[in-house]
Amino acid sequence: MRAVIAEDSLLLRVGLVKVLEMAGFEIAAEVGDAEALLAAVEEHRPGLALVDVRMPPGFTDEGVRAALVIRKQWPQTAVVLLSQYVEERYAADLLTANTSGVGYLLKQRVADVEEFVASVRRVAAGGTALDPQVVAQLLVRRRSDPLDRLTPREREVLALMAEGRSNTAIAEALIVSDSAVAKHINNILAKLDLPAADADHRRVLAVLRFLGASPT
Amino acid sequence: MASVLKYRAWPWLPLPFVLILLGVLALTAVQRRRYRVLLGVEILRLPAVREQGWLRRALRWLSGARTWRQAGYHLLVGPLLAVVELGVFAAWVAGLAGVTVNGWAWMLPVQVRLDHVDYATQAVYYTAAGVLLLCAAPWLTGPVTRAETRIALALLGTSRSQQLQQRVEHLSESRTDLIDAVDTERRRIERDLHDGTQQRLVSLAVNLGLAKATLTNLPDEARAVIDEAHREAKEAIAELNDLVRGLHPAVLEDRGLDAALSGLAARVPIPVRLRVDLEERAAPTVESIAYFVVSEALTNVTKHARATRMDVTVRQIGRMLRVNITDDGIGGADTSTGSGLSGLAKRVGSVDGTFHISSPVGGPTTIAVELPCEP
Repeated sequence: MRAVIAEDSLLLRVGLVKVLEMAGFEIAAEVGDAEALLAAVEEHRPGLALVDVRMPPGFTDEGVRAALVIRKQWPQTAVVLLSQYVEERYAADLLTANTSGVGYLLKQRVADVEEFVASVRRVAAGGTALDPQVVAQLLVRRRSDPLDRLTPREREVLALMAEGRSNTAIAEALIVSDSAVAKHINNILAKLDLPAADADHRRVLAVLRFLGASPT
Repeated sequence: MASVLKYRAWPWLPLPFVLILLGVLALTAVQRRRYRVLLGVEILRLPAVREQGWLRRALRWLSGARTWRQAGYHLLVGPLLAVVELGVFAAWVAGLAGVTVNGWAWMLPVQVRLDHVDYATQAVYYTAAGVLLLCAAPWLTGPVTRAETRIALALLGTSRSQQLQQRVEHLSESRTDLIDAVDTERRRIERDLHDGTQQRLVSLAVNLGLAKATLTNLPDEARAVIDEAHREAKEAIAELNDLVRGLHPAVLEDRGLDAALSGLAARVPIPVRLRVDLEERAAPTVESIAYFVVSEALTNVTKHARATRMDVTVRQIGRMLRVNITDDGIGGADTSTGSGLSGLAKRVGSVDGTFHISSPVGGPTTIAVELPCEP
């Protein structure tokens, strides 16, 4: 799969290229700002764009805005945003527009190469990857709502679901069995009063409610 | 009257007034010098008008009461005083002339002496009048001089209380400048660290991560060293991130206080409930201080309070921003000089905010801060 990298720090760009190449991506272009990124995506139509959030000229949220444009204009390009700090507000911007093919991770996660590559592949395949820090930020805003009915363990499971992980990955992270995870997820769906529908859709609804992005 | 208006030069009549008005600054400087040289009286200098652009400066100057007080002095009061002073001067001259009349009367032309044949008898009266005038002249001169000085001080200079007021204005202006400068400096440091050291550290950790992932055929000792270096690089990133995050995050500038605070709250190892209710964004300096208050308070609670939960609320009440931070910890917070909390109180005070802390031993601790939305 082809990928485009947008990162204004040359030093880090070299590292990102190496990591993606190791993961089997073909690097179509490396750029240093959002405008060049959009041009590169238009030209190469890559399967993945790895984008730094803070880029010239404003050094604020250029990457987030570029990601929204990319997901809208070139839906076949998945976007993974990288940032020194993650902000739930930017995550909300991303997730209200898309629930697939987006990732938002701390830069330091790249250092855990194998996990990072797994997240990037997941996003490229149409999944999501949210940094645990974003999830933690959303937790501090929780109001009195059905989420309060969850046990701490169930909330942990939900947080991992929000990060975009599969049942197996959640089971590995919490060191429990797959069936235990399935049981927790059923409890969560029941406690959040989600309508009986196909499991995947309910799962997405649960995550959206958790993220506060759900209209219901 | 009609003939005066028909007079061709009448449009020029206001000219001297205009000239005096334009010359007010120069005339005041001349008068100030005259008082200093002749009487040793120092008329306090008025502070210069501070305004951007010459037109606004000129308008501000023209609309200022002090400008018209000076113009009034030069146009009206000054000439009147001059007349009075001329009278006093005349009293001195006439007095001297009267007293010495016998000494110089014989020098007068013959014709004058013939016209006043009995000048010898009149000279007695002149002498008596001269003595009286000379006695009275100092009594006139003193009060007139004092009155003149007082009027000049009032109209040309500035009073002590006005001067204090100006000093207060100047101090509060320079304080605002200083606070802004501190804020700008924090932003600059944040930006420098973000663009430099942080990227370098991430790059280092990524390279070590790559080494760890790809160099699988190394001896165990070498792998252990790489693992250790990798972990330390990640810890260094986390520590630096925490430090820099407390300075001035980009999201604070970009999306405001509400967006920035959740990032702080999520870093604390104990559960924090955050409520932010703001109708509009406060001034950047105020947002920055509110952010700093929450940042420091969270750090303090984590370090010392042994709390199990915290509540942070930020609300706007009228033109005030109210920040409340409560924890269920052990209380007894150190508010002495040099502690983190006294630094907070100072930073809050720098924009005329109020800082209250209640921390009885045994807890709970409540910090209440109010900041004006516009400093």
